Amino acid sequence: MLTLHCPYCDVQTDETELTPGGEAHLTRHGPGSDDDAFHDYLFSRANPRGVHFERWRHGYGCGKWFLAARDTRTLEVFGTYEAQTTEPPDHILAAIRDKRPGWTRAS
Amino acid sequence: MSEALATPVTALGGAQFDGLVSVREMPAQGMISLRGDLAMPPLKNAATGVAGVDMPAQRAAECEGARGLLWMAPDELLVLCPYDETAEAVASMDKLLYSYHALVTDVSDARAMFELRGGGLRDVLAKLTPADMSVAVLPPGELRRSRLAQVPAAFWLRSETAAQVICFRSVARYVFDLLKTAAQPGSAVGFH
Ligand SMILES: [Zn+2]
Repeated sequence: MLTLHCPYCDVQTDETELTPGGEAHLTRHGPGSDDDAFHDYLFSRANPRGVHFERWRHGYGCGKWFLAARDTRTLEVFGTYEAQTTEPPDHILAAIRDKRPGWTRAS
Repeated sequence: MSEALATPVTALGGAQFDGLVSVREMPAQGMISLRGDLAMPPLKNAATGVAGVDMPAQRAAECEGARGLLWMAPDELLVLCPYDETAEAVASMDKLLYSYHALVTDVSDARAMFELRGGGLRDVLAKLTPADMSVAVLPPGELRRSRLAQVPAAFWLRSETAAQVICFRSVARYVFDLLKTAAQPGSAVGFH
């Protein structure tokens, strides 16, 4: 069972109260991009065994999207944060490095 | 014009059940969804003017009889008022918010509301929701939006022996039956 903290409600939410939104921090490649970039934007997703960044929506609650950093293998949650950011904030990255020394974010 | 207002018809006609707790469909309740910047003074004035209670803090349910303000989201309140004052309340709020970005919607007839009374209500609700029903996490006066089995619901405890549940009217029967089942005599779990 996965429990995530909604940063808008400041409340712990069960996975079943949330709507999963897939990988976070995607860069949009739209009109003007080449076919490969557009293809990857549409279809290619990271699927790591370990640290991952995801979008979740508090669907049965406030309805807001937020982002989460967690370990896909252990379900350990490093932190959640508001969706209005293009990169994971420093305190989230610090929390991950604290638990996973040597971890670096794939680009 | 000036015909008498239609008598409100609730979803279940005031259905009742007595078990581990008593479950009662409450009479028609005025409910106005108010969306906008909750820090904006005109919005605060519109909400508190109708409800006659203070602006709720995050997740709070500020209630006084049939009036109240429920914190639903960072940009959403549910304004409670007597059912037959709803149209007037919407009009007065619209007037105050006319030149601001805000949304005022009468949702009274799109919702159903239940009251639970009795000692075991935390356990009864905990059978149906994944929300943490402990007193430390959900003290009286705090609203929780979550799900009851398969449908969305919002609920709060007025005290340790009285709670209110709001759901969509279209699932009123489903929610009432869920609550009945969870409150079946002999099914106490004694967890909370
Ligand atoms: Zn939330």
